[in-house]
Amino acid sequence: MSILVNKDTRLLVQGITGNEGLFHSKQMLAYGTKIVAGVTPGKGGEWVLDGKVPVFDSCKAAVNATGANASIIFVSARFAPDAIFEAADAGIPFIVCITEGIPVQDMMRVREYLDQKGTRLLGPNCPGLLTPGEAKVGIIPGDIAIPGNVGVVSRSGTLTYEVLYALKLVGMGATTCVGIGGDPVNGTNFIDCLRMFEDDPHTEKVVMIGEIGGTDEEKAADFIAKHMTKPVVSFIAGQTAPPGKRMGHAGAIIEGGAGTAAEKVKALEAAGVKVARHPEEIPDLLK
Amino acid sequence: MKLHEYQSKQIFARYGVPIPKGRVASTASEARQIAEELGGRVVVKSQVLVGGRGKAGGIRLAKSPKEAEEVATQILGMEIKGLPVRKVLVDPAANIEQEIYLGITNDRAARRPVLMASAAGGVDIEEVARTTPEKIIKVHIDPLLGLRDYQARDIAVGIDLPKEYWKQFGEICHGLWRAYVECDATLAEINPLVILKEKSLMALDGKMLIDDNALFRHPDLAEMRDVDEEAPAETEARKYGLSFIKLDGNIGCMVNGAGLAMTTMDIVKLFGGEPANFLDIGGGASADKVAAAMRIILSDKNVKAILFNVFGGITRCDEVAKGILSAMAEVKPDIPMVVRLVGTNAEEGRKLLADAKMITAETLADAARKAVAAAKA
Ligand SMILES: Nc1ncnc2c1ncn2[C@@H]1O[C@H](COP(=O)(O)OP(=O)(O)O)[C@@H](O)[C@H]1O
Ligand SMILES: [Mg+2]
Repeated sequence: MSILVNKDTRLLVQGITGNEGLFHSKQMLAYGTKIVAGVTPGKGGEWVLDGKVPVFDSCKAAVNATGANASIIFVSARFAPDAIFEAADAGIPFIVCITEGIPVQDMMRVREYLDQKGTRLLGPNCPGLLTPGEAKVGIIPGDIAIPGNVGVVSRSGTLTYEVLYALKLVGMGATTCVGIGGDPVNGTNFIDCLRMFEDDPHTEKVVMIGEIGGTDEEKAADFIAKHMTKPVVSFIAGQTAPPGKRMGHAGAIIEGGAGTAAEKVKALEAAGVKVARHPEEIPDLLK
Repeated sequence: MKLHEYQSKQIFARYGVPIPKGRVASTASEARQIAEELGGRVVVKSQVLVGGRGKAGGIRLAKSPKEAEEVATQILGMEIKGLPVRKVLVDPAANIEQEIYLGITNDRAARRPVLMASAAGGVDIEEVARTTPEKIIKVHIDPLLGLRDYQARDIAVGIDLPKEYWKQFGEICHGLWRAYVECDATLAEINPLVILKEKSLMALDGKMLIDDNALFRHPDLAEMRDVDEEAPAETEARKYGLSFIKLDGNIGCMVNGAGLAMTTMDIVKLFGGEPANFLDIGGGASADKVAAAMRIILSDKNVKAILFNVFGGITRCDEVAKGILSAMAEVKPDIPMVVRLVGTNAEEGRKLLADAKMITAETLADAARKAVAAAKA
């Protein structure tokens, strides 16, 4: 079992003929993900990936022809908001946006629109998600995780890989690993994922990887205290980060004393969460 | 990206917000000349990219052109919160009846812009926000609909603004909103917006922060960046699309991904070392980006060891390895380097680096320990 994606997910790739799009589509396909279509305006009618995947000019045409029910976006930041709107308007219920660097006002408009339509977005600026052994929708290297009973949710990209890899080294696996992305305005947040993991019968434990900035970890701590029966282990990146500096992720900035690692750790520990000092301690804390 | 007061006010003026008709000067004699042209009393205002200039003595009244020159001489010789003053704005002194705070920013938790105002504006607004937050009136704006007239009116009522000013206040709110949207600002703020004795409103101060991610569609704003107020290494990093922040330690860190970069700093510290920087080479890092990153790290003479921590995903480890090799050929560093490659094409990357005499590590903890030891040796 898993959350959000599994072996039956019919995936559409927006920006499939670009460099990144093609490279990662190949990897997703090799992993076993069902990629049913690609979209690149102007390249409709072509076939890519050794003739396995048809390319369409629009999401609507792709959905009509293939019944795609999820989309992943590898389109540059200038065009990504439009790609999200297009996927939503084509009726795709779940959209994953890998693109980093989308202006935050664009994201506020996107989020408002998607909420009204009831479309779920993961990302942007995220590594996507991986249900080990079933489907990889994104750029998480497939070979660093094995199937198991741990649900993983993270605001960071490569840090997530660290954790999956550390779990794998001790033989622990994941139900699904979700990278929600590091932008200040995104589609799916910690609480959404915690709730899904709590409801997923195969997930027995949860790992939540946060970082400085914003108050999402604090809110998640509150949710955990009130609603989670499954044990949660956490790590918060940025304990040594100086305030007022943007640490790469637009979200990772300590503003006016709020959003520090210390506060987040305190809130999580108060909610009964075990917090690791570094990512490789997580497997021990899960035991 | 931060804009100066004079830049922000010029932008606001384009959207119909009334501002004083002053000008910027880089020398005291220019300041005097502007004061002569304006006539009467003027205010000489330091242009530095920090708030609280008034309290720091960076804003002074001058009653004559001669005094303006004297005051400008002093201010141009000042440092405010560590930043040297290179320009002053000379504005006519306003006859202030009341100072109001008005600002629009992103409310991250609500995922919407928020318009805020307070009747207790001016230099103490931070204090007001801390001690009496109820004196700050807020309204969230639907990003698809934009600011509605009634919302501006609600704010005017909320701050007890006399009825005679409502119309002009509404126009200013709309102007500020349009400036915020059309410039992709993350903050557009007027503090103070004043009620003049002449019975009209005017923006005496202006502050804008622009979303760096949106600069691609604002070449005019991108040009306004004041690189004088940035560390040179940070300017260089930005050119290559690297995210870099200098810190005080001696272990240079080069990592892909912001979260992992912060974690690498944290773990270096946990094992008794001090990171020299935060550096995220980003997704899909190419060889020349990596080379630039290495040059930037090595330009810091405190650096005694470098820790490369790359977990391949969208970034391919072989690309990074090629970058490390070409940078080494170019810069010929003579300090120890610890490298850890995992993930996409890690095997190929490791092979490329096999002959490069680097210390290799398997786990993150192992890499940090080795880097800390190398920096101490
Ligand atoms: N043109 C002006 N005429 C009169 N007083 C001014 C003028 N500009 C600023 N002031 C006064 O100085 C204070 C601080 O100036 P401001 O531009 O807001 O700088 P900062 O916010 O950096 O302290 C204002 O609150 C106002 O009382
Ligand atoms: Mg001010």
